[in-house]
This record gives sequence, C-alpha cells and structure tokens, in this order.
Amino acid sequence: MGILEVQNVNKSFGGLKALHNVNLDIEEGKIHAIIGPNGAGKSTLLNCFVGKLTPDTGTVMFDGHSLLGIKPYEINQLGVSRVFQTPEIFSELSVWENTLIPCFAKRDGSFTLNALSRVSDNKDMAEKAEKMLVDVDLINKKDMLASSMSRGDKRRLEMAMCLSQNPKLLLLDEPTAGMARADTESTIELLKSIQKKLKITMAIIEHDMGVVFSLAQKISVLAQGTVIVEDIPENIKGHPKVKEAYLGEAQVEGNMRDD
Amino acid sequence: MNTISKADMKTLFFVAIIALLAPFILNPFPTDSGLAQFNAGYPDLMQRFAIYGILAIGFNILFGLTGYLSFGHAAFLGVGSYSAVWMFKLLSMNIIPALILSVIVAGLFSLLIGFISLRRSGIYFSILTLAFAQMSFALAYSVLTPLTNGETGLQITLNDPRILAAENVSGNLPVTTLFGLEMRDTWAMQVGAWDFQFNIGYYICAIFLLLAFYLSIRIFRSPFGMMLRAVKTNQNRLNYTGINTRPYTLAAFVISGMYAGLAGGLMASMDPLAGAERMQWTASGEIVLMTILGGTGTLLGPVMGAGFIKYFENIFSKINDTVLHGWFSWMPDGLENIIVWVLHLFTGKGWHLTLGIMFMLIVIFLPGGLMEGMSRIGNWWKRRKGDDDAESKSTTTAAE
Amino acid sequence: MDAILLQILNGLDKGSAYALIALGLTLIFGTLGVVNFAHGALFMLGAFCAVSLQKLVAVSKITIDPSQVDFLGNPLKVKTPYVIEWFGPKIGNAIIDWNVPLAIIIAIPVMLLIGYVMERGLIKHFYKRPHADQILVTFGLAIVIQELVKANFGANPIPTPAPDQFVGSFNVGALIGLDASYPYWRLIYFAFSALIISSVFAFLRFTTFGMVVRAGMADRETVGLLGINIDRRFTIMFGIAAAVAGLAGVMYTPINSPNYHMGMDFLVLSFVVVVVGGMGSLPGAVSAGFLLGILESFASMNEVKGFFEMLYLPSIDQIIIYLVAIIVLLTRPRGLMGKAGVMEE
Ligand SMILES: Nc1ncnc2c1ncn2[C@@H]1O[C@H](COP(=O)(O)OP(=O)(O)O)[C@@H](O)[C@H]1O
Ligand SMILES: [Mg+2]
Repeated sequence: MGILEVQNVNKSFGGLKALHNVNLDIEEGKIHAIIGPNGAGKSTLLNCFVGKLTPDTGTVMFDGHSLLGIKPYEINQLGVSRVFQTPEIFSELSVWENTLIPCFAKRDGSFTLNALSRVSDNKDMAEKAEKMLVDVDLINKKDMLASSMSRGDKRRLEMAMCLSQNPKLLLLDEPTAGMARADTESTIELLKSIQKKLKITMAIIEHDMGVVFSLAQKISVLAQGTVIVEDIPENIKGHPKVKEAYLGEAQVEGNMRDD
Repeated sequence: MNTISKADMKTLFFVAIIALLAPFILNPFPTDSGLAQFNAGYPDLMQRFAIYGILAIGFNILFGLTGYLSFGHAAFLGVGSYSAVWMFKLLSMNIIPALILSVIVAGLFSLLIGFISLRRSGIYFSILTLAFAQMSFALAYSVLTPLTNGETGLQITLNDPRILAAENVSGNLPVTTLFGLEMRDTWAMQVGAWDFQFNIGYYICAIFLLLAFYLSIRIFRSPFGMMLRAVKTNQNRLNYTGINTRPYTLAAFVISGMYAGLAGGLMASMDPLAGAERMQWTASGEIVLMTILGGTGTLLGPVMGAGFIKYFENIFSKINDTVLHGWFSWMPDGLENIIVWVLHLFTGKGWHLTLGIMFMLIVIFLPGGLMEGMSRIGNWWKRRKGDDDAESKSTTTAAE
Repeated sequence: MDAILLQILNGLDKGSAYALIALGLTLIFGTLGVVNFAHGALFMLGAFCAVSLQKLVAVSKITIDPSQVDFLGNPLKVKTPYVIEWFGPKIGNAIIDWNVPLAIIIAIPVMLLIGYVMERGLIKHFYKRPHADQILVTFGLAIVIQELVKANFGANPIPTPAPDQFVGSFNVGALIGLDASYPYWRLIYFAFSALIISSVFAFLRFTTFGMVVRAGMADRETVGLLGINIDRRFTIMFGIAAAVAGLAGVMYTPINSPNYHMGMDFLVLSFVVVVVGGMGSLPGAVSAGFLLGILESFASMNEVKGFFEMLYLPSIDQIIIYLVAIIVLLTRPRGLMGKAGVMEE
C-alpha cells in the first residue's frame, strides 16, 4: 500500500490521449522516479495530482484521501507540494519574501488577518526561511528579485519553498533541468539528505539518467501515456521496452536533425 | 514606536510636516499678485487634497498590492457620504458617529460586492465592479429615492429629528462639528501681502489622512501585505502552497472599501450633502487615475497623485477663455485666437479631456507613475554625476 | 398577451444595440485578447456620424430675396441647403430626410478607418502588457473621445429623426391576431441588427478568413505557429468590430437622440451582457443581449412596477440587468454559454 495510489487514470486533450490507463503506486518514504521521452505525459500526470487538471476517468488517492474534485490548495494542505517544470515562483518578490510566504502559510490554510505585525518581527519565520535558503545555497542571493535569477536558481528556490512546508509528498518536475553540473550535484545531495533526515516521499520526473539512478529507489517508465515498466533501478537499465521507447525518440530526433 | 521602520517613520514624518504646513506651502503667491490663482491654500481645496489622498491610499491597498483593478470604488465613497448625512439628519451634527457609520456601511457594502466580484479575477473582476458601481449609481439616482433623495441629493434640513442635538433656535441650518468645534471655522493670518488660512475641517481631514497613511504603512509591511503582493505576482503558487486567496483579496477589498467610506464620510462632514454623481464611473476612473499617476503599489504615490490631480483640476477649471485671452493678448490677434481656441479644449470645462489624455500618456509611457518618473530622473542624475566624476578623474590622471 | 408582445418588441431595439456592441466586444476580446473599454465610444462615434451628416446636409446658402421682407422690414434672408440647390428640391429634400440611413454609407469607411488607426496606433502596443494596462489605456481613450465629442457637439442630446416614411407606428400584433402597435423605425432597427449579426456569423462561418479567426479565437498561439499572418487578420477584425458598433450607433439615433455619454452608458450594460452570455462566446453575447433587453423592458411595465409597489419594494427597471447578472454569476460563474478556460488566468 503506497502513500499515493493512482488507478486507471485517463486524460485526453481533444483528440490527443495524453494518459492511458495509468497505474502508479508510490511507497511512503521512497524516492520514485518517473521517466520517459518528451511528451510521454509525465507533467500531465503530475498535473492530475495537484488539481491543475482533472483526469477524465480513474482515481488518485493520497494518504486515504481522494485528490480529485478538491481545490489545489486543499491538496497542498493534505501534504502534497510540487516543483514545476517552469518555475512557479513569486517573480516580482525578492528571494527572501518568496521563502517567507510558505513559512507564513498555515498548514491548515486558515486565514488570519495578520495586518499589523511586521514581517521582520516574526523571528521564527525568518529563522526557518534562512535555514531553507542556506540549504539550497541561495542565502547570499536573498535580496535579489526572484525573476532576475537563473533558471537553475529559480528551481532551487522553488524547492526551498516546497521543503519549508515539510510536505509528506514532494513532486519534482525535472528539478535539475537548466542547472550547471555542480548545482545538479548539490541538488542531488540535498534531496538525498532530506530524504534521509525527514523521510519525505518524493516523485521525481527527470531526464538526466545520472540523477535518476543515483536517487531513485523505484522507477516508472512512461511512454505515450502508458506506464510500460515499473521496477527497481537495476532492472530498468537494460530493459528492452525502455530501450525501445527511448530509441524511438532518438530516431525521431535524428530525423528532425536531418531536415 | 518601533511598529514601523526608521525609513517608514521618515516618510510618515515628511507627510505629517507637509500636511501641517500645507496652508503655507500651498500659498506661495501674494494674495494680490497675478499668480494668486495658482495658490491652493484655501480650506475647501486642502480638504479635498486630504480626502482624496485617503481614497487613493485605500484604493492602492487593493490595486497596488493585489493587482485587482476595481472600477467601482466611487460607490463606496458615495455610500459613505449618504451614511454620514443620515447621521447628521437623525442623530447630531457631530462628525464622529457619522464617520463611524460611513466606515461600517461602506465596509458591509464592499463585503457584499467583493464577495460576488471576487469570484472572478482579471478583466472579469474589473467589469463586475464597474457594473456594480453603475448599479449603485442607478440605485442612488432613482430606485432608492426615499433613502437618497434621488437627483437632488441628500441634504440636511431644519426639520430633521437630530435626536441628540440641542434644540435649534437660530433658524439657520446647523453646521458639522467635532464636539463643538465647527468644521468651517477658519483662522486667517495676514503676513504682509500673504493671507494664510487655517481651517479646522482641513486639519481634521489631515489627521485622518495621517492615520490612514500610517495604517497603510503597517499593512504594506505586514505578512498580510506580503501575501497580497504574492497574490499579484502568482496566485497559482499560493494555491499550491495551500493558501486560498479569496479571504485575502476579500479582506483587501473590504479594507479599501472602508477607506473609501471614510473619505465619503469626511466629504459629507465638510459639506453635509451627498449626491449620486459621486458614485458615477467617472468618479471611479478618477480614483484609479490618481493611484496610477502617483505610482501604483508605492506608499507615497497615491497621495501625490491625488494632490496632483485635485490641484490641476482646480487650476484648469478656473482657466476660462477670458483668462486665456488675458495671457496671450500680447500676440497678434489671429494667432491669439488660434491658441486660445486650442487651449480652450483642455481648460475650463475641458478639464476632463486633459484628464483622459493624462490617463493615456501615463499608462503608455510611465506605468510606474510619478514615483517611477522621479526615480528615473534620480538615476539619470546619479549616472550623469557618476560620469562627470569618472571624467574628472580621468582628466586628473591624465594631468598627472 | 398584447402587453407581453409589446414588451418583447420594446425590448428588441435596446437588446439589438446590446447584442451588436457585445458582439464586437467579444470578437475583439476573443481575437486580440484585449478588453476594449473604448468600444462604447465607437458606438457613440457611429451615432455622431449620423449627426455630422445631418449637420452637413443642412449647410445652406443664404440668399437675399428683395421681393420679401421680414417683420422688421429688412429684405428676407432665404436659406437654401446646398443639397437642394445642387440636386433640386426633390432629391435634395430626400437626402435631408433620409440622412440617417445615408449615414451608413459614410459610417462604414469612417469606422473601419477609426478601428484600423486605433488598433495599429494604440492597441497593438498593448498585446503584451498586463490586462490592467489594456483596460486603463482604452478607458483613457474612451474619456478622450467622449470629451472631444462633447467639445464639438455640446452636452445636449441632438435629435436625429428617421425618414418621414418611418415616423409613426403600425400594428405588428394584427399579424398574429393581437393588438400591439410598434414604431416602424424600431422594427427596422431590429431587422438591421439581425442582418448585421447574421452577416458577421456567416462571415466567420463560411469564409477562410473567418475560419482562421475562429481558430485563432480558440487557440491563438497554435494558429500563429501555422505561419498564418494572424496579426493582420486581427487588425481587420478590429476594424469590423468597430464598424459593427458604429453602424449600431448610426441606426440607433432616431430611437434615442445621441449625446456624448451614450457610449459609456451602453458599454457598461454591454459588458454585463458579455458576462451573462459567457466571456468569449459569440452566440452567448447575442442571445444575452436580446434577453436582457427584453427583461429590462418587462421590468419597466406598469404592472410589474405596481407589483413591486404592492410589496413595498422600489421598481427595479433601472437595475434589473445587474440583478440578473448577479444571479447568473452566482449560479453559473462562466455565464450562460461560457466555456471553461476562457478568462481564467
Ligand atoms: N493543456 C494541454 N492542452 C493540450 N495538450 C496538452 C496540454 N498539456 C499537455 N498536452 C499534450 O500532452 C502530451 C503530454 O505532455 P506532457 O505531460 O507535458 O509531457 P512530458 O512527459 O514531456 O512532461 C503532449 O503531447 C502535450 O502536447
Ligand atoms: Mg514535462
């Protein structure tokens, strides 16, 4: 029994079948990678977890609650956080404020009109935010405007924002894309240490196989909207179906280059 | 007080000094000089500066922080005025109960309108608030005539009950007071050729302006204010952070509605009447313009914008054809007539045209308003000075 | 029954105007993604095309007729409109009489040109700016246009009558065995609107141009990727929307004498119409326009007013449209025919 159970999820965009009978079982405390060629439907699948999209059919259960038919903020309140493929941050605010906001957000989403205290007077929030920024190595950029950062930095900021919420399940959509090699390494280390320390369950979409194999305890391969293989990393490496899925793409890419 | 930071304290202090000395600052020209028409130091206009300042500060809490562009704020202004006048009619001429009722009624009214309009965002929201404002106008103008006295507007009369007031024996209409202090009381000070006027009503308005400004600083610097700015830049991220943005935007809407109610109440306190035209879309547009002209989302901008517009409204409206002819009489007749004809479009009754053009120019060229303009000039100045320094340095090194 | 038929008929002309303006608003919003707060001003400019033509054809040559004297004993000044002088009394008088329909001929090119200039000169630069800026700049433009018209034509309504043949009413009800007399011109206005609306729909439906525009409304980026010069088509679309609003304005003049603020009055209500119909839906805009026009006319019936009076309520004809909008919005947030995903940033 996993913490996130996905059964028979289907999603079409007009005539395009983006997800076809997807089943997925993510175990508590594990890092689960979802890989697959471009356009396989990976992001679409995550969108169905956070309320950005509603599947046409199927069920998505998290920790005993259905994630379908409830609002994105309710899903987050259940303990699901997500890092997006294109960073969703508060681009007109400073890095510091970006990190503070999830710290101020109440876990149960309750609203208090906190209009008279000063942001800077909330010492415990500041401590928490500072720790997060140190963790993702952005502390010396804390006064920068979020929109003026590099893509890799934006993604790490987003990661910090999600982690400061202490989620039960962290969804990461290509967290290392656009990062320099060194940053990728440190991100891997960060994720590993968090996983060890806090036992946060993670679902991670990734193209960099180095990252996938050094992190994941389980891997699902998605191709053309279906999970073709689900197994531990060792068994995925030489799997013929996986090769086929990726080779197919390589050929397409090759053709495109010829044009 | 360490509720606000040093820098904010300075800004507040600056506004306070300006407000205190306004009767001097706004009256730079001797009374008899030809330039006296550019003076703005008389009670009526100074009151308007302060009142519209409050209105714009409140509007900025909504639009500047959350980015929700309301075209209906004049409705709250109007509701505030009507409430105040009713207090003057029923209770007493003291402005305190009137202002309290104005703020409460405007708050409730904005809660209702906000609850519905905030179901949508973006353009939809703007359209809805505009529609509600027009509906309120129609309500005030005709539908609810018993409450608003329709076209004529609501006024105090001698026969009003005023249950808390002493019997009126004078036979004159009573005047608004603050525990006996009459709003219209003005103390004139003659210094040489200058004539400075200190009006009770203005100073009351100024005190409220300072309070409103102080509160807006607190809100800007608070976690609530930060959340509102987050709403403006990315609502999705807030949702994925577990935050339902509706209560935040609704709170901002109601707060800014209450500011507008206070402004409306003060307006009626200075001159106890209320009319439907105060609620028209043009009035809402003017509030928007004040805010963007000064600088949306800045603390000081809206106050500046309000002052700027009210000042030029006053000046421009006074410039009629006779004045224009007076100015350009030194020109050959033909040229004079042409110039007067062109300027005539923009002055006097043409003030609204100037307003519309200003509106467009600001949005097109200076979306950050006067505040951005000033910082641009400041930067340019610094850079020029920097260049000069660099140049002089290079020349000195060359000389060595 | 008679009364109901009459109210439906009465609602048609206002409804037609709402529908035409809302149609243009929706077209512009759907294609260019801009909410045009100056659209009401275009309606008003159309009306003032008719006013201008009326003034133009009335321009007269003044001759002095020595054979006649006025009451002061001076020779009588006779004014002869130039059109009569040039074309003879028969045609000349017909031109003066028929100035409103004739204004259509002027209004089409004028409005197309205004639309073109507006889009290329102003709106174009705002495609990538925030929605708030688009609203503000078109709002500013609306004020400018309105004030210029006021400076030029004054603040009072200017009567612009229909041709003599169409003054008066006839009994529409008699056709179906009822009794409801209805002014000719309003019937013409309705027919005219129906014609324009169906032409626009036919144009979008059956021409390639229209197909591209519809595809563009559904998905702007994809069509852009196909390499179709969508921007130029959108410019043309803006011109068409301006012309539709302008024509609605021209023909409306005999119903209500035009004044400088008619544009904003109609704009606000047309926005409500768009919201009720469903943002981005052309059929929604048109049907909501007629629906609200008719409802408004029902609410102004004496029977309805009497009913409200009986309940000690004020009459609601002035605000019925807004009330309907609130109810629709609370129950169907996307409007009657709105699609998901439109306008939900
Ligand atoms: N909102 C949408 N509307 C239409 N098509 C979409 C949408 N989102 C994704 N798709 C399509 O669904 C397919 C899967 O996309 P996605 O989930 O982003 O793939 P990836 O595995 O690369 O993340 C793609 O063909 C994409 O074009
Ligand atoms: Mg993806």
